[in-house]
Amino acid sequence: MLALGAVIALLPLALANDYFYDVAILVGLNAIVCVGLNLLIGYAGQISLGHAGFFGLGAYGSAILTARYGWPPLAALAAATAGVALLAYLVGRPILRLKGHYLAMATLGLGVIISIVAANEDRYTGGPDGMSVPPLSIAGHALAGERIWYWLVGALLLAAVWLALNLIDSPRGRALRALHGSEIAAEVIGIDSVRQKVLVFVLSAVYAALAGGLTAHYSGFVTPGQVTFLHSIELVTMVVFGGMASTFGAVAGAAVLTTLPQLLAVLKDYEMVVFGAVMMLTMIFMPKGLVPTLAALFAGKGAR
Amino acid sequence: MSLLRAEGLSKEFGGVHAVQALEFAIEPGSVFSIIGPNGAGKTTLLNLLTGIYRPSAGRIWLETRELTGRAPHEFAAAGMGRTFQNLQIFFNMSALENVMAGRYLHERCGLAAALLRFPSLARSERACREEALELLAFVGLQQHAAAPADSMPYGALKRLEIARALATRPKLLLLDEPAAGLNPAETQEIDRLIQRLAARGLTVVLVEHNMKLVMGVSDHVLVLDYGRKLAEGDAESVRSDPRVIQAYLGVEARTHA
Repeated sequence: MLALGAVIALLPLALANDYFYDVAILVGLNAIVCVGLNLLIGYAGQISLGHAGFFGLGAYGSAILTARYGWPPLAALAAATAGVALLAYLVGRPILRLKGHYLAMATLGLGVIISIVAANEDRYTGGPDGMSVPPLSIAGHALAGERIWYWLVGALLLAAVWLALNLIDSPRGRALRALHGSEIAAEVIGIDSVRQKVLVFVLSAVYAALAGGLTAHYSGFVTPGQVTFLHSIELVTMVVFGGMASTFGAVAGAAVLTTLPQLLAVLKDYEMVVFGAVMMLTMIFMPKGLVPTLAALFAGKGAR
Repeated sequence: MSLLRAEGLSKEFGGVHAVQALEFAIEPGSVFSIIGPNGAGKTTLLNLLTGIYRPSAGRIWLETRELTGRAPHEFAAAGMGRTFQNLQIFFNMSALENVMAGRYLHERCGLAAALLRFPSLARSERACREEALELLAFVGLQQHAAAPADSMPYGALKRLEIARALATRPKLLLLDEPAAGLNPAETQEIDRLIQRLAARGLTVVLVEHNMKLVMGVSDHVLVLDYGRKLAEGDAESVRSDPRVIQAYLGVEARTHA
């Protein structure tokens, strides 16, 4: 936690210009989504292939409320996030009774529905062209400039990580990990499995929606591309690559896989190929993910 | 009053009667064993008694509360603790965390308290850890407390499951073949453990194939065959019941006996 704080505090020394800041902000926003998604996938052991849908609803919700209805951005952000939480709750109750492939298909379907709505309801969303979004403003002061955003996103990421670590370290966190370990055993020690799964599903959707809304206000633009199935896959890849059931792994995964396409700008069209390859190589060579694998390596060396 | 009562309990799987019209009552503080040949319906019965299966017919009471049709976590909250024939350990946790997880029902922890780490949580976590350590010591696993569950030997995992079930503070502890796959020394440890639980006044339901273990610890034995009650009574009367001998050893043996 302190290390992450130190990295966020010291990183600006290495950020030469606004472009680097821009990448760092995108890393932070993706990391917030991944920390939430990791609670669901890594700790509770439930897959979601639809989280770009929640991200997109947060983005479009906040965009539409500010741009079309003139809401203050903070209120719009809060309302969009609350709306996503409610939707995740309503959808989560029936679909989280499903397991494995069935749950994957159900969340996939949810994501696809949201993405089609975003692309087709052009009266509200601007359709395939997307729509522009007013900047975030607090009490009338617009937040503009990469540097302000960097500190805002950095602080929010720290808060997101802190909340996630607290949850994992509590009786509720143990209940989530118990579900992952053995659902039937979790039930017979009194854990209401569906309820706990819905709870963590909603929480992870809130993380995604908040990051989505912030991304929209930050970039001033939102397109259906951010809501697609491919974006859901990217998010899952970040979590798996960084290390399931490792909160810092989720942050590291987001950092590496957000930065990588920027470095490989020449390969822009082949971005998804790189993601696919990363996913395959991770599964083969370090199925536990980056951070847990490195941690085990260092722990092993220390013991010797 | 009986602690647990089953009335006309039946379970059908697509025309196969795994358990048929069972009636029995379990007295508080007793060791109640369920025996029978393979496929007699013992594990099905245990799954019915913990809510994992819903009975096709019949009813289940724990004290005065009817639990028929409830979810397994509601059975647990009512006071049923259990272990599994095929281990159901949380292999993604340490031994201590497995037992601490078992305390779930007794930890009052709201979502806000968990997310924001309220100071009261630190206190209750300490108490939870201490109780879990005591339970690990009770089953003889104190030296494994910090060990990841997936590094522990099979015999220790059997006892870890018992410690986890005890952490729920059950009124009734159901053990599904606790000695299966154990060597004689480990079986004896389980035997002693059951005796100590009984001495504490805990009601134990035991499903087990090891007859020496069953006959030694049981106050009451229920014999199942093809999902029906074949015989019931204290260990001695069941052991000498000709129907039981026939079911276990076949007709041939009876005529020679």
